[in-house]
Amino acid sequence: MNSTLAILAVLDGISYAALVFLVSVGLSLIFGVLRVVNVAHGSLYAFGAYLAATFSLAIVQVSPWLTYPALLAASIVIGAVCGGFIERFLLRPLYGRDDVLQLLITFAAFMIMDNLQRVIWGVQPIFAAEPLKLLPNISVFGVNYTSYQVILLPGVALATLFGLRYFLRKTLAGAVILAVTEDREASTAIGIDAQRVYSITFMIGASLAALGGALASPTTSLVPGMGADMIVLSFAVAATAGLGQIEGTALTALMIGLTRAFVIYLQPEFEVLVPYLLMVLVLLVRPFGLFGTVQVRKI
Amino acid sequence: MAGRIKPITAVAVIFFVGSAVAPLFVASWATLFALILAKGVVVLGIVVLLQAGQVSFGHAMFFASGAYTAAFWGKYIGTGDILLYLALGGITSTVFGLIVGLFVVRYRGIFFGMLNLAFSMVLWSLLEKMFSYTNGADGIRVARPGLLGLSFTPENFQYVILYTSLLIAVTSFYGVQRYLDSPLGHMLRAMKSNETRLEYLGMSARRVLLIGYVISALLGGIGGALVSIIQQIATPEFGFWTKSGEFVFIAILGGGAHAFGAFAGAAMFECVRFYAAAHLADSWQLILGVVLIAIILYAPNGLIGLRQRYGQSKQGGR
Repeated sequence: MNSTLAILAVLDGISYAALVFLVSVGLSLIFGVLRVVNVAHGSLYAFGAYLAATFSLAIVQVSPWLTYPALLAASIVIGAVCGGFIERFLLRPLYGRDDVLQLLITFAAFMIMDNLQRVIWGVQPIFAAEPLKLLPNISVFGVNYTSYQVILLPGVALATLFGLRYFLRKTLAGAVILAVTEDREASTAIGIDAQRVYSITFMIGASLAALGGALASPTTSLVPGMGADMIVLSFAVAATAGLGQIEGTALTALMIGLTRAFVIYLQPEFEVLVPYLLMVLVLLVRPFGLFGTVQVRKI
Repeated sequence: MAGRIKPITAVAVIFFVGSAVAPLFVASWATLFALILAKGVVVLGIVVLLQAGQVSFGHAMFFASGAYTAAFWGKYIGTGDILLYLALGGITSTVFGLIVGLFVVRYRGIFFGMLNLAFSMVLWSLLEKMFSYTNGADGIRVARPGLLGLSFTPENFQYVILYTSLLIAVTSFYGVQRYLDSPLGHMLRAMKSNETRLEYLGMSARRVLLIGYVISALLGGIGGALVSIIQQIATPEFGFWTKSGEFVFIAILGGGAHAFGAFAGAAMFECVRFYAAAHLADSWQLILGVVLIAIILYAPNGLIGLRQRYGQSKQGGR
């Protein structure tokens, strides 16, 4: 493997890790606060991608630069509407009930959304690469790469990482979320509306999944099944990091992204195996994840 | 168990007799019922684990290992026999279940589910990517095997496989019932209510769970071999996480408290899929999703729980 390929692999890994991080951190956040493994997370990712493609294909006639706000708008719409719906009508009646039922009802949401996606957007691949083509290519150590993938995507991921950290640790709303996570009853007793906190957290997590999808949409063709693939992948990342670990998720996403990128260049057939093999190995040694502690720290 | 036949046993008997007789009148039902019974066997394994309060979100790996055992035999060794496929599928998945089980029984709840998922995804990616051995996503065709040296025409074969499935289903149903009624089965249930006390009584909870886990892996493998024979193909999708989700779904749909829930759930699931796919083209998944939501929200004990809800209260939840 020569140095050009190595640099290419690193860049691939970083841009991939940025997308995976966005989705995984949403999953982790939802689990950390609501204690629910959201199986529909991959569908939110897919819906985010499809809606973003629809928006940007529609707005590109007006001005190609408007496709960027379109991507953001799509993810917020999906997060608020689909995420809000799932939390309000499916999860809310089940708080305090069996974990299995909470997990399964999001599985039901996954089945429905997977089907709706095929009904709404069809099964033909959709391309909407405008935002990718708009930004110039840049040269990194002599390797040409799209700046969308090596600057914009990691930039958004880092902004999300630090934004979430700041929001949870430095703002009042974040403190409220942490309080509910720590002790729901006590926080309700001092007047916090835990129901609302759950709702908002779920919408934020869902928006992050949709944002991951929206940002991924220019870089890849949208096909049925992308949601089902993404949910296990983001789950592998979140579980390897330790559910509820935000910084840990970022590092794990980077680790898995880079490993996967190098494997693609060296031994392409093992590409899909990498994240799951890492997950098995890590969970066997540390069932609470690389960055989790025995009493799983929440967020 | 004193002489009185429980209503649920009666329903089970009616169901098994019905699946033996009904396809004689409607030929297209033979495959449908065979599939229901085979899936029911797999889901029995999920029900066994549910007794201990554990949910495996990776059980499709045993299903796939059973199916691929049959497929590999056909691809590399030659013509097979239904009984041979079932025996081999069962052995493979039992060994596989024992190995994986040794690791996963150390964990509970979400961690148990996660580790199972991780193992099953490793198997799935191997099946998907080892193209030269597994034909990748296309899967391996399973040629129609004989039974005890006899070979059959396609018309007869669907009945042969139906009655084989029925025999396997009844045997596993009876076996699982006996197991759950035995001291070992009661210990498995005790894990759900209070694992610490079980340990205080001098039992190893891990061992109890491992036995349950291996049994459920065996059922998964046999069911997988059956389905691969019925559908005449084994694909990586058999081991994908959505398949695992489907099995858990069927268990909850039927009701995880009783072994018959597996077959009740499988019957409902496959019938909805069969008829919705025929009449509403591409929306069977949507319908099943809505059914699942309705069951979870309004009848969390599943189909067989509905009877208990309106009937008398029975002791022990059975």
